[in-house]
Amino acid sequence: MSLKTEVSFTLNGRAVQVTVPVDMNVLTMLRDELNMTGTKYACGEGECGACTVDVDGETINSCLMYAVDCEGRAITTIEGLRTADGLDPMQKAFVDHGAIQCGFCMPGMIMQAKHLVAKNPNMTDDDLRRGLEGNVCRCTGYYKVFDAVKDVVRGTAEAAE
Amino acid sequence: MTTVIEKDSIIGKRIPKPDAPDKAVGRTRYINDMELPLMLIGKILHTDRVHATIKSIDVSAARALPGVHAVLTADDVPESLKFGIARDNIPLKGGKVRCTRDEIAAVAAETEDIADQALKLIKVEYEDLPGLFDVHEALEDDAPQIHDDRPGNKGLAYSHHSGDLAAAEAESDIILENTFKVHYVTHCCMGTSAVLADFDADGKLTIYSQTQYPYNFKMDLAPALNIHPGDIRVIQPPVGGAFGSKLDVYPFEPICVLLARATQRPVKLVFSREEEFINAPTRQPVEIHLRSGVKKDGTMTFRHVNSLLNNGAYTSWGATTPYVMMRTFSSHFRLQAISYDAQAVYTNNPYAGSFRGYGNVQATYCTSIHADMMAEAVGMDPISFGIKNAQDEGEVTPQGAVLNDCVFAELLKIAGEKTDFVNKMKTYAAERDKPGRIKRGIGIASSIHNAGGAKIHKSDGCGTILKLDDYARATIITGASEIGQGIDAVLCQIISEELGIPVKDVTVVNNDSAIGPWDVGVHASRTTFIAGNSAQRAARRAKEQILNYAASRANVGAGELDLRGGHVVQSKDGVSVAKLDKVLREMHFKEDSELVMTTDYYEPPSEPEGENHVGDMSAAYSHAVHVVEAEIDTETGVITVEKITSVQDVGRIVNEMGLEAQIEGGIIMGLGYALSEELQIEDGYVRNPNFRDYKVMTAPEIPEMELHFVESQSSTGPLGAKGIAELPTIVIAPAVANALYNATGIRIFNPPLTPEKVARAIWERDQGHAQAAE
Repeated sequence: MSLKTEVSFTLNGRAVQVTVPVDMNVLTMLRDELNMTGTKYACGEGECGACTVDVDGETINSCLMYAVDCEGRAITTIEGLRTADGLDPMQKAFVDHGAIQCGFCMPGMIMQAKHLVAKNPNMTDDDLRRGLEGNVCRCTGYYKVFDAVKDVVRGTAEAAE
Repeated sequence: MTTVIEKDSIIGKRIPKPDAPDKAVGRTRYINDMELPLMLIGKILHTDRVHATIKSIDVSAARALPGVHAVLTADDVPESLKFGIARDNIPLKGGKVRCTRDEIAAVAAETEDIADQALKLIKVEYEDLPGLFDVHEALEDDAPQIHDDRPGNKGLAYSHHSGDLAAAEAESDIILENTFKVHYVTHCCMGTSAVLADFDADGKLTIYSQTQYPYNFKMDLAPALNIHPGDIRVIQPPVGGAFGSKLDVYPFEPICVLLARATQRPVKLVFSREEEFINAPTRQPVEIHLRSGVKKDGTMTFRHVNSLLNNGAYTSWGATTPYVMMRTFSSHFRLQAISYDAQAVYTNNPYAGSFRGYGNVQATYCTSIHADMMAEAVGMDPISFGIKNAQDEGEVTPQGAVLNDCVFAELLKIAGEKTDFVNKMKTYAAERDKPGRIKRGIGIASSIHNAGGAKIHKSDGCGTILKLDDYARATIITGASEIGQGIDAVLCQIISEELGIPVKDVTVVNNDSAIGPWDVGVHASRTTFIAGNSAQRAARRAKEQILNYAASRANVGAGELDLRGGHVVQSKDGVSVAKLDKVLREMHFKEDSELVMTTDYYEPPSEPEGENHVGDMSAAYSHAVHVVEAEIDTETGVITVEKITSVQDVGRIVNEMGLEAQIEGGIIMGLGYALSEELQIEDGYVRNPNFRDYKVMTAPEIPEMELHFVESQSSTGPLGAKGIAELPTIVIAPAVANALYNATGIRIFNPPLTPEKVARAIWERDQGHAQAAE
């Protein structure tokens, strides 16, 4: 049995405290310890992006980060984007543009897309494609994803005017 | 006040999928996310040998580990539990292992960690046997036998012969002959394989399954468990991708059920990604020897096909792909004669299942490359050559497919015009032998596929139950499964169209075999066509019931009324007679009350294949033509596909957004097959069981796509629609191969067209040129 330790951090804006084995990754902690199953396991080795979450404003593959390293940090998962008013604009754009088929990669894809737009609201098509290259989708052919993100970029630009 | 409602249609509109919002916010619970009270975690010990006798298995230490509830081996399961199409598979293997997938023990434990530890404590002693990996070696007289009851290592065999082959050969001016070797790829569903089994106190099984054919799944699972199919209830939570991979029962499913039975607790079993790459089905690899004939004037004459399928150790649906391959060989262009033979051969490799395109991906790679070669050989451009040999409306193929609503020639013409194909092809060919590292090429490919179901079972039908509530909300309970492809949106649209209610007021229920009426399953590009027809018929019955009542109430003929915008209206001017919900409540609560509930079972007008595989087995057929424009780096061998133009007969557009999504996704899946994806199997072992070494397409590699939908208005499809989902994947690889030829003069008959393969072929070409010059 692995040694266990306590870790405290902010998850989707709320303080949490959880006891985890020291070798547990963030993905398993979210899914198995905290029952936050929106974040998906699809490869477990940082190759597919399905488990992407935001840690202090940067996206990471949560399968590659130790749970204990969450101490003192702020984590946002797909569940954290939705507000009392409804879907986050990125979530809504994915729905409206038909970017979601089986949907399994989508929590990670949406987290990454959201991060890209936040970091670079003026991104080019090439920036967008490069920014999403770590997120594998087997259903869509990616165009509907591009359309959704571009729609949000346009909306963000209009709001800034 | 008079309310007037104009006639409107929701067909062809861009409708978001009803399951999308929950998926976008992370609310959707796949089996991978589910947990039941007292649930245990199941794990399988797969062998690490390819062919061996099991001398002993010692599970005592595993059984003794705290937290372990059951450890099962073949000794705990009756040997008679054979399942699979050829009844050659069993859940847990004892005595002998035949491939690295073989399941030799299974554990149910309180946590995944404990289950993993238990697997490590199982001790197995083997005596290795010689392995067979090559189909030719497996067919040799003195080859070891993989199954004692399958002499000569021969699995399923198929043949079709029609027309006078000798006469057609004699009439041919040019005969081409090549051996194509098409490779192993795998589905790479983002959600790995998962199952959850739970017995109730009466011994009845509820299985939470990813299956895409729930009703026949019960029938196929039952023999593996010695259980009555009627005692199995299949619940289908949302599934993280399927693409054909979930059209059969695979051993992990009965094993999970056996663990649940042994422990009397719910057991969930989920594959890791590595397990998924090694144990999930592949596309069927096949070696195809093709001879094709053509006359000088460009008339195609015959195809003669001999093919060997590497069956692997057990038989799943991959071995039945000749059903579809022979359809392509006999029907893709008009022929005088066709001779087709296929033999599946047992080896110690992993085994193949069904995969989007189902044999047609493999066959079209051959037919479209040979068509390109023939066009050049007779001095025609591929567009004119294709149009000359394309069947006309109503023509019947050698296997009896009646090509109604056929627009094949038109698709070829559109593809040529939209891409300026012939001019570009000539320009690039002229550049081929000039100096320069970067070459450009354009290539075309086409194919035919069933687009109105495929009657390979006794029935190809789908059932529907439709009800309307007191608020004019409709619920459609359909046999058709939603696997992410978007059938729920299509069915909502059809119900909305027929009943004149908003799309958002329709709910689809299709996740429980105890509720849903029978359906064959999601395969053969059939669901929009078959389930759509059934939904439309059920809706029309409901409409008739409502209008009959409304007509008697208004004292007019039912034919004078219509349903629009949530109202019963006068057909002639759209003037509202009453709100629909009010009418429904009246019907419900009047003295001789009636509830609007209708049912339908739709059986398509198709026939099963008879002798010699002849029969009009689909109620509609469709074609697609793809043009690929690519840049080839002749030093590195890298093919960069820049643009794909797709022209497809879709019958009629139902949900334009869903249609685009299916076609774009299908094209990219086909592009991976063409360029980079290959499950590398050496001596029976999968060498690249991860996304790093098995390369699927990602965002930066996606070419420009131009989609053209031709609406042939199928006379049998719902509102004119045809099935569309497989053709996009089928037609890409040969278009890339033909573009490579246009750019470099190189033909590659064994996809994928990897940089290594292309660079080597170019190097060999240049060596040949150099030698010729000496």
